[in-house]
Parts: sequence; C-alpha cells; structure tokens
Amino acid sequence: MNIVVCLKQTFDTEAKIKLTDEGSIDSMGVSLIINPYDEFAVEEALKIKEQEGGEVTVVSVGGQKAQDALRQALAMGADKAMLVDPGTDEVDEYAAATVLAKALSGLEYDIILGGWRAIDDGSAQVAGRVAELLGIPVVNTITKLEVADGKATATREIEGGSEVLEVSLPAVLTAQKGLNEPRYPSMKGIMKAKKKPMDKTTATELGLDSLSAKVQALSFSLPKPREAGKVIDGEAPDAAKELAKLLHEEAKIV
Amino acid sequence: MAKGIWVYVEQLDSQIKKVSLEVLTAGRKMADELGEEVCAVLLGKGVAELAPTLGDYGADKVYLAEDDSLENYTTDGYANVIAEIVKENEPYAFLYGYTILGRDLAAQVAQKVETGLMSDCVKMELEDGQLVFTRPIYAGKAFVKATCPESRPIMASLRPNSYIAEENKKAGEVIKVNPNVGDIRQQIKDIVRQVSERPELTEADIIISGGRGMKGPENYKILEEVADVLGAAVGASRAAVDAGWVPHSMQVGQTGKTVSPVLYIACGISGAIQHLAGMGSSKCIVAINKDPEANIFKVADYGIVGDLFEVVPVLKEELQKITA
Repeated sequence: MNIVVCLKQTFDTEAKIKLTDEGSIDSMGVSLIINPYDEFAVEEALKIKEQEGGEVTVVSVGGQKAQDALRQALAMGADKAMLVDPGTDEVDEYAAATVLAKALSGLEYDIILGGWRAIDDGSAQVAGRVAELLGIPVVNTITKLEVADGKATATREIEGGSEVLEVSLPAVLTAQKGLNEPRYPSMKGIMKAKKKPMDKTTATELGLDSLSAKVQALSFSLPKPREAGKVIDGEAPDAAKELAKLLHEEAKIV
Repeated sequence: MAKGIWVYVEQLDSQIKKVSLEVLTAGRKMADELGEEVCAVLLGKGVAELAPTLGDYGADKVYLAEDDSLENYTTDGYANVIAEIVKENEPYAFLYGYTILGRDLAAQVAQKVETGLMSDCVKMELEDGQLVFTRPIYAGKAFVKATCPESRPIMASLRPNSYIAEENKKAGEVIKVNPNVGDIRQQIKDIVRQVSERPELTEADIIISGGRGMKGPENYKILEEVADVLGAAVGASRAAVDAGWVPHSMQVGQTGKTVSPVLYIACGISGAIQHLAGMGSSKCIVAINKDPEANIFKVADYGIVGDLFEVVPVLKEELQKITA
C-alpha cells in the first residue's frame, strides 16, 4: 500500500498576525507547524501502513523552511519526503494543486491523504482539485477510515450528521478532527528521520514552466480590534436579569 | 461573452438552505449594479416546487436539474452536472454558500472548469467593474481582498450570515436541464442524521457555547435549555471537546467551526486566541466567566464576572419571560 500525504506548513495557531510595511502578512518571528488537519492525515497514513504494510511519502509545496514540517512527519514515522519549490510567491489553490498533482503523478499511490483545510487560508479546495487533476475520486472531511480489498470505506461529516461512503482506490481523502490522535515523534523517530530521504525539486524541474495563479490577492488588512464592552455588576441573579434586559432593550437581539 | 451571476442553491430534504437565499440576495445586488441577470441552479429529486421561492429572492431564471441519482449529494454527480451547466452558459460569476457541501462541490467544479475560487468570503463588491471578494484568513486574524482577473466564471463561496436574505421578486422562469450525472464514484452506504430542532452552528443567529468552566458533559443541559428558549445552537470550546464532553462537531474556533452569529454567549470560556478567531466576527458577544482576567472579557460587549451555574438558569428564566 503506497500512501501519500500532502502537507502544508502553517503559522502556529497561537500566532498573532501583523502586516509588513508593504501591507503583506508578516511572517517574521512566527513559529511554524504542520497544518493540524494534515497531522491527522499523517497519523492515519501511519496507521494504515502499520495494518497493511507499505510506504508513506509526505509531500509539501513550499520554501526551504517547509522541510521542518516534512522532517517532523518523517520523525512520526513517514518513510520519505518530497519538497517542491513552486518558484513563485503567487501560489493560489489552483497553482498549488497543479504543482501537487504533477509531483504526485510521478509517485505510486493507492491512497492520497491530506487535511480538509489549512488553518491559514482556510480555503478547503486543494485536495479536491488534486483529485480532479489526477482523475480519481475524493471524499472530504472524514472522521473514520477503513481500507480493504482495493476500497476505502470512509465516514464523513455532513450537515446535521454523517454518511458512510465507499470509493475504489486510488482516492483522495481529507481528514477532519476526530479521525485520530496524532502521535508525537519519539527521540528514536527524530534520530531516524535525519537519515530518511528528502527529495527536493522545483515546479520547473517537474516540467511546469509557467505556473500562473487564477486568484490574485489585492490587499491585506487586520480586523478592527473589538473593544471591551460593559461588565454587568451585581450578584449573579441580578446580573443575569440585567443581561436579559440589555439584550432585549439595548442590543435588541432578543 | 461571460454573462450573469449564477448561484448554486443548496437544499436538504426539499428545504432551501438559508445561506443560499443570502447568496441569492448578495448576487442580486451585484447583478443590478452590473446590469446582469441572476440565475439559480437547483439540483435534486422532486425539488421543482422550490423554484418559486428562488424567484422571490431575486432569481431571474432557475436552472432545474432533477434526477433519481441526484436525490442525495455526491461530489461526482453534482460537480459533473454543474460543470456542464457552467461550460454551456459561461456565467460571469458563480457563487456558492460556504457549507460542508458547498466547499466540497465548489472545489471540484472550479477545477473542472479550471478557474479560481475564493472560499469563505464575507463581502462582495464591485471595484473598477470587477467583482472583488473579502475573506478572512488565519481564522479571522486577518482579511484578504482578492479577485480572479481573467478566468471565468469568477467563483466564490460566501460564509453563512454574511448577508441577510431579502425578498426581491423576479420572474424565476424555470429552465429544465437534462442532467448528465456521469460516473459517480462515491457510493453512499449509509446516511445518519442527528434529528435536532436546533439550527446548524454555522448558520445559527444565536449561539450559546460552553468551555472548560462547564466542568462536565452533563452540565451542557443548562445551555441547551437556553438554546431552546432562543432557537439557538449550542457550541463548545476546544477544551470541552478535547476533554471528551461534547463532539467535535460542536467546536468553535481555529480547528473547529468559524461562526458569525448575531449573538454569541460564551459560558465558562477563557478566550484562547484560537477560540476568539473562530467567533470574533459575532455581532454581539456575551461572556460569563468566574475569572475577571479571562481574555474573553476583552472582546465581549456584555460581561458577567460570576459563576455560570448561578447566572445561566436565571438568564434562561428572564429570556423566557421576554420571548413568551
């Protein structure tokens, strides 16, 4: 069983966002992590490998720093890594999917896993696009996965409930929280990871000469900081009464 | 020549999703400025009766595709039909609601027609004759304004509760489409719906959430009672989900759901940055927490420093009197 996990390096969830003088997102001093949803995907890949045997390859599109995220996945137990430098900063979901699909098409895969969205851009579309480009089915936001006889049976989140879907492999599956608990890399895992192969390539080397984004960012801004409002004094029952009154008469919500 | 603003209309059990009417309303406003028509796209089985409502909310035309195989949503079935409609009619813009279904579908269709897609947008406006979208990034810690300059249609999904659905009666002329469903590779084995009278978190106007201060799963009952009075949804912070008290589907925050209700009542929630990111766009925030130093008070419009177990029951009684 060949399992490929697409992972993205993102800002830590604790990160405070600042803008540079030029008005773009400032990444100076921000600590970087594996996108949490992608970490579920790595864990799931390792579990499948433990059960079925095979190999787990982690792939990321990004700059040199993204090696840290790949190295962490290797330390968790993935077998090899591939980093693709897109060669441009203008990478929208279309461009990212184009690069990923091209990189993946050179690998052997039965299952492609990823997080259902990245917590930075929150766009939730790269995996679906990759599936379409590779001509294989996708099942998003899975919370349970069973693999057997060339098929994947996945439970996925739907509005107001869940559904169980079956797809033939190869397929793209995206992880939702609840799928598993990602393991921490062991010291032994970290030592071993240093010797595991890290294939570095570029979009150009993959034969993508003109990588163009479809979506263009025009400007970035920060939300207006919320101001602390009214603290309602008094004993609990009085404060609760006052709150109900304010919601009714002042905020006019209820 | 690309034409018209098109809206994908999501329905479940022959009920139109509220967000679809919001998107129709938003699309109608832009179309009027651009001098374009608005077309709604409705897929399903036995859903023709929903078409008049779409006219009421601004659709000039309703493209209706009905087929037995479209009774339940599948990525392949729905994306195949919509991609074909898009290729045939070449809209200027194609909009979706940012729901579980909407984002699954939008990504697939966008790639099938090789265009750009801006997800989870909270604002749509016209700048120099071009549609420009604003969307939160880093879970609402920043915003980006973006457009799709060349590829058509411009695709975007709008976050629920970003627009208020308004009636604006149009012809709503129904055009039947023979759907070409194609090969559906996702085979549905089972569908489980939790029967709930409460609205979906992401669509709810009012949310009452509990965090670590709830102390245990059994105590969520007091929040549910308030929710029943207000027709609200019940949410939770990551701490409560990680403690195993409530399912992940209730989590609000950076690794949970992003919500933007009119009113968000946070009970026993400290206000970690990840939680604030997920609910920071709520119009009115109420915080009830014992700790006066809790971060949640920095963003709350109304705060009560006190024991939620004393405050919430009284609040429920008072709200009951008001709404009675």
